[in-house]
Amino acid sequence: MKKRVSEKILMKGNEAIAEAAIRAGVKAYFGYPITPQSELLEYMSAQLNSRGGVFLQAESEVAAINMVYGAAGCGERVMTSTSSPGFSLMQEGISYIASAELPCLLVNVQRGGPGLGTIQPAQSDYFQAVKGGGHGDYNLIVLAPNSVQEMANFTYLGFDLADQYRTPVLILADGALGQMMEPVVFPDYDIVKNKVDHSSWATRGKKDGKQHVITTLHIEPEKMEIINNHLQEKYRDICDKEIRFEATKTDDAEILLIAYGLSSRIAHHALELARDEGLKVGLFRPITLYPFPYRQIRALTKKVDSILTVEMNAGQMVEDVRLAVGEKVPVHFYGRTGGVIPQPEEILEKIRAISIAPQMEKIF
Amino acid sequence: MSKSIQSVQCEHLDKMDIVWDRPDTLIDVPMHYCPGCGHSVVHRLIMEVVQELNIQDITIGVAPVGCSVFSYNYMDVDMQEAAHGRATAVATGIKRVLPDKIIYSYQGDGDLAAIGTAETIHTINRGENIVMIFVNNGIYGMTGGQMAPTTLKGSVTSTTPTGRDLSIHGHPLNIAEMIAILPGAYYVTRQAVNSAKTVRKTKKALLRGFKNQIDGKGGVSFIEVVSNCPSGWKMTPLQSNKWLDDNMLGTYPLGDIKVPEKIA
Repeated sequence: MKKRVSEKILMKGNEAIAEAAIRAGVKAYFGYPITPQSELLEYMSAQLNSRGGVFLQAESEVAAINMVYGAAGCGERVMTSTSSPGFSLMQEGISYIASAELPCLLVNVQRGGPGLGTIQPAQSDYFQAVKGGGHGDYNLIVLAPNSVQEMANFTYLGFDLADQYRTPVLILADGALGQMMEPVVFPDYDIVKNKVDHSSWATRGKKDGKQHVITTLHIEPEKMEIINNHLQEKYRDICDKEIRFEATKTDDAEILLIAYGLSSRIAHHALELARDEGLKVGLFRPITLYPFPYRQIRALTKKVDSILTVEMNAGQMVEDVRLAVGEKVPVHFYGRTGGVIPQPEEILEKIRAISIAPQMEKIF
Repeated sequence: MSKSIQSVQCEHLDKMDIVWDRPDTLIDVPMHYCPGCGHSVVHRLIMEVVQELNIQDITIGVAPVGCSVFSYNYMDVDMQEAAHGRATAVATGIKRVLPDKIIYSYQGDGDLAAIGTAETIHTINRGENIVMIFVNNGIYGMTGGQMAPTTLKGSVTSTTPTGRDLSIHGHPLNIAEMIAILPGAYYVTRQAVNSAKTVRKTKKALLRGFKNQIDGKGGVSFIEVVSNCPSGWKMTPLQSNKWLDDNMLGTYPLGDIKVPEKIA
């Protein structure tokens, strides 16, 4: 597909990630079909082999993530994508990848759960995404796009962050973002300039007299703790440098909406409806869910009277919001689950209620 | 790296002809394996083959979970340690991005024939041009001697305290015969390491497997090695080697199961 770099293209979010990944020089993609992300897999199957990479459909998500481990261990730019049940299957492998510090890009186009759930969009894998997900003490960098354009942008960013920190990076999207079509412009990206040299640790054949080993086994507790301390130091560094967020109309806001991904767009619509009624509503959108913008949210508690967190789940990010806010202002929650998308009017209703009675909700 | 006792003792013999030596590709450290364990022999044979074929700098191995999890401490090639059962998925990932390198996976029976069965079958079915080495000693050694998929009928293990009952635990799994029918299996053989003669044959099989890969023959070279587990079987090394002959080979007969010439 030959397109001018600056050209605007109408694409599905899933396809935008695939196209951006190819433009970012992805060397290998390993995946397994699951709705609502299969367009990403299909796009890769049609494009990647003829554009300098390797596409392989694995026998399962378990195999796919371990293929990612093997290829990433060779220092190549690799990725996989899946949806919620498949992401659960990948957790063991992701824990290994985080421990072995292998750079790679993961994509979870979330659907409603638990269990087989539904194929409709949801945000109910937040805990799994931002608190590690598999066994052991580790975190992923988690990017939450809210448009097809950001699906593309964060693909480049995700690969770069993965290389920079030698860590897996997750794009946490949802079925709506994956399926909806929007215009997207693929930015200039210099693969050669952005290439990071991994030859000091990657397994590519013992050339320099030094054996390279990718392992996550450190049987002596003291050694395992050293690895853990190193990982934690890296995560602190990431928390210092990589927090990303977007604040809209927060300067005069009395009620602050906090939402990410698709729900941030719905919340933005609710904000406009509320402003039309004269209600002073602002919107804070975490773009990185890990590292989470605790400090930035805490700073806003000096300005606002109350907070309403909107999510497509039963209340997950709201726990991090409450951690940031403490008892400073009341924190309310509005969510729909199971693949039901909250409507702006429902959120507006909640905003109206809060504007009349902004007291703290009982959470325990 | 400190020299082993054997090599120090051998130093005064340096004026004599060397008729036996450790391959340079085998790291000179004491192995953690139990006395008499077949893993150390298989490691050595693989490294002899890597040295003889002069492929040390282009070979990448994949270690499993199990007793041979530390095999990268002994085999002096670049290696990746895989999650339990996933060695051939990891090997696939490596081979697909580095098709010119020589890739082998090394797995035990629990890893390859139980938890990793799906990866085993599909790696072979895709015809990945790699060498799969399968060490079958019919038991979970590292975790303390539990029943493996390849445990023989009647065998007492820590999870079959009254012996493997086929009506309860199922049958010993002949994975080599199973996968031999797949078009992606290029060369399938079953060898052993319980005698000088069987060790020599295993070496030949490994050599053939690696040569297949170098020659770019399409498909997996699958080399099963029937091995012993003196600790798990609760025997002396000598007893275990004899027990292997008397019991294992009835269920797991030695020899080539699929050779390219015969299917051509």
